[in-house]
Amino acid sequence: MAITSDVLVIGGGLAAVTAAVSAAREGADVRLVSHKASTLRQASGLIDALGYVPATEPAKPLRDGPPTAGRNLDPDEWPDPEGPLADPFDGIDRLPESHPYRVVGGEALRDGLDLFDDLAGDAYRGGHTDRNALVPTFGGAVKPTARYPAAAEAGLASDDRPMLVVGFRSLTEYDARAFAGRLEAAGVPFDVAGAEVEFAEAFRADAKITRLAKALDHDEAIDGTPAREALAKAVSPHLHDVVDGDGGVDRVERVGFPAFLGDDEGEEVREELADRLGADVFEIPMGPPSLPGLRLEDRLFDALDAEGVRFETGNPVVGVESAADGRVEAVAVDRKGRTAPYGADAFVLATGGLVGKGLDSDREGVREPVFDLYVDQPDDRYEWFVDDAFGDQPYARFGVRPDERCRPTDADGEAQYENVFAAGGVVGGADAAREKSASGVSLATGLEAGRQAATEANQ
Amino acid sequence: MTRHTEDDDAGDANGANDRSGDREGGRENPGRGGCGCGEPAPGVPQAGRDEQPSVFVTDGGDVPEADVTDDRDAARTGGESTADRAATDGGVESASGGTESATGGTDSAELDPEAYDPVDVFPGGDLDLREGADSCYKCTSCDTSCPVAEVDDEFPGPKFQGPEQWRLKRKEDHDIDESITSCSNCMRCDDACPSSVPLSQMHNEARGQYVERQMEKLSVEYIRNRILANYRTSASLASMFPRTASFAMNFGPARWAMEKVMGIPKERDFPEFATETFREWWKARGGANVENSDKRVAYFHGCYSNYNTPEVGKALVSVYEHFGYEVMVPPQKCSGTPMFANGMLKDARRHAETNVENLVEAIGEGADVIASCTSCSLSLRQEYPELFDLHGIEDLAEHTFEALEYLRIHENLEGELDAAGGLDDERAFAYHAPCHARNQGLSRQAVETFRDVDGVRMEDVGDSCSGISGTYGWKEEKYEKSMEIGAEMFEHMEDAEGEVGMTECPTCAMQMEHGTGYEIEHPLQLLEEALDA
Repeated sequence: MAITSDVLVIGGGLAAVTAAVSAAREGADVRLVSHKASTLRQASGLIDALGYVPATEPAKPLRDGPPTAGRNLDPDEWPDPEGPLADPFDGIDRLPESHPYRVVGGEALRDGLDLFDDLAGDAYRGGHTDRNALVPTFGGAVKPTARYPAAAEAGLASDDRPMLVVGFRSLTEYDARAFAGRLEAAGVPFDVAGAEVEFAEAFRADAKITRLAKALDHDEAIDGTPAREALAKAVSPHLHDVVDGDGGVDRVERVGFPAFLGDDEGEEVREELADRLGADVFEIPMGPPSLPGLRLEDRLFDALDAEGVRFETGNPVVGVESAADGRVEAVAVDRKGRTAPYGADAFVLATGGLVGKGLDSDREGVREPVFDLYVDQPDDRYEWFVDDAFGDQPYARFGVRPDERCRPTDADGEAQYENVFAAGGVVGGADAAREKSASGVSLATGLEAGRQAATEANQ
Repeated sequence: MTRHTEDDDAGDANGANDRSGDREGGRENPGRGGCGCGEPAPGVPQAGRDEQPSVFVTDGGDVPEADVTDDRDAARTGGESTADRAATDGGVESASGGTESATGGTDSAELDPEAYDPVDVFPGGDLDLREGADSCYKCTSCDTSCPVAEVDDEFPGPKFQGPEQWRLKRKEDHDIDESITSCSNCMRCDDACPSSVPLSQMHNEARGQYVERQMEKLSVEYIRNRILANYRTSASLASMFPRTASFAMNFGPARWAMEKVMGIPKERDFPEFATETFREWWKARGGANVENSDKRVAYFHGCYSNYNTPEVGKALVSVYEHFGYEVMVPPQKCSGTPMFANGMLKDARRHAETNVENLVEAIGEGADVIASCTSCSLSLRQEYPELFDLHGIEDLAEHTFEALEYLRIHENLEGELDAAGGLDDERAFAYHAPCHARNQGLSRQAVETFRDVDGVRMEDVGDSCSGISGTYGWKEEKYEKSMEIGAEMFEHMEDAEGEVGMTECPTCAMQMEHGTGYEIEHPLQLLEEALDA
């Protein structure tokens, strides 16, 4: 068997990269294998730790019998979540005991965030404090998050300077005026206006975000005008659109754009626009396709390279090749129809949750497909969910159950393999969407799993 | 999976006249065409599962009685209603099949709610690419990774070209959008898709249908594309008089005429033809120097290593013989990569027949198949079984590897390189990973293989596409886009310390040389040097 390493990390997202770097810094020789290009490109680029502590008990007892599939007979009632939290570390004690933060501890989250700060460098902000920042996202919601791209800095909701939000008709994902309206309705401490401008109209209506970013990166000429200048010209008539409470007109001090201001040259693009507009420029994190996510992916994979981690994408790990005495010796990697064994002293599973396909489900049950690890779940499929979409959905917390060393356990709470560790979305117990904790869980468990795997491999 | 039938002239059986509902393993039957009769392959059945009239079931699980009777009668008698039904849903079999599974058997008058499961509403059997289209959850990862969409807003991106267009063309009267010809077949969308939607397979199929049905066969574009796609044919002619050909192909006035008449950009230099092809060298050498029935490889050199860069093939032979392998060089034709990219599926299939036959024979003699070109290996491993239904094609896919990959799996390459002690003189390289290497998980293998070799400094110039994508950059109307896509790679190459480029892919190499003027080498050549093989 020719392909070996001390530690093999399976996955390509934030948890996998964190685990790989964490293990490499403990002196292990690390290889990372990811089935596809990293799904960080779908991520908003915000790094959440803990924004809310959602209720795990309904306000009144649930009705007996299966859910009514939305027919609203005797609907569930759930209390509102507690939050937004000012300090994520304060909320950890109030999470359920099986939550990954409770299992690995608040220190792991702190160390994970430190590691992230180190890898992200000057591209990210928020590391100066434990407290959450409030960042407006493209639906006009304000999200509590621990770290945010430098590009989003001027957009913070805690900043009281008047804001203009720019939109484009061909960008159907988002409407600038609705965005501004929602921010006002949320009671932000500043005046805000939204304006739709003509710029993206120079492209086809269905031009991809990457096309717009590329045009700004290269400052391509649009009908004879360089793209950055053309964009600034389109926005400048709206710099006085903000009307304050007394009907007075303010010149805005910051202008928000959807996150397409360049890919490789983002900083340069923002600077030039800010210079031309005489106002700070920021990006509003979007859903996929997400340039902030792509930029983060590039940065993290460069970091892998710098840490000496070997990585490959394109082939899935499909199962255990050989195991003995409660330890996995090698996993099978499917190389276009033929499997090849990849050996290691320790393995980190960071394949994601139900959406990331680290968990596989059908009508019979939910499984972990690589090591066939135990996934705690009700036998009756109707108990996987509750009627209220925003209630405490059991399926949201599905995943492997780690011990304090991040090793997935069997039904009796014993580690299933001595040398298999888990991190990120595949770890159960968190309701990331309601808690706003996905990135933090990846960082905390990734850091711990990587450390433990390196320790295991060094023995 | 949709496949082309054995018989090129098979029509699309959509089952309208197909009373028996008889199909062989999901393939269309030659000469049994329904409405789509006489349409050339590549063909897909015209009706998808989505055109199945759904069986209405109320909450209690009751099916209106009349419907059940209708369906049962239809199934028994093959009467008039069957023909109507068949025209929309693709066959008697599926019509009754749908009812059967939903109601627990055609003969049960009573419904058994226990046997009813919503997933059974649709019949099983051949799904074509339906399953792939259904797997798409519109995350746009493919669009984000598309190098063409980045520079060309006329190109709607892989999400449209793949699942969305696939759905549109299920119905009658939907032409395939011409933009499919702007896809360069770099296949990055495959690598990006978290749901394993077979995007490139969908693109290949749509492109094949477009070329087959909608492209003017006498147009300059078609003829030019056909010539580009059949590079092997031109190359084999040229290599009879290599020096003359190298001169004539790049002769100024001739190039001007080519651009004007054929639409081949005059900026590009045609590759030099070797004075001795790899196969000529192999023959003169007397074949393999090592015999070993336990370790055998069959070398698929492809066209470029044979006609243009035989030094790559020679390097492969000496490296593999160094490790004690017996190298076989079976008769072979083009892998089909340039043909897929131009929608010339019939040409590709013709070549595939030769390749599959000869390589499967070598596999029978205990060999694994190795390729030095990442596009060739990808074609044999992925596109062949996706597009053609030839005997042994799955075996071939399973036994094919890229040359460096194979050594990394089976030999202690790092140890050998260590023992060899590195290079005598220090050399620095700017390495570009071909898009087609990505899909095979090989985009980092060269950098990682040589990382610890003394005297080698290799820098990965990033994950951008070179932009040439085989024949794509050889089309006058695509030349500018091709260079725009490549701009990022050129910049990174200039920034890199090395003055020699490195890549596995011959057309990437052309683009790298064209954009920077660097010499370009193949990792096998460096491996030969480092091993002193």
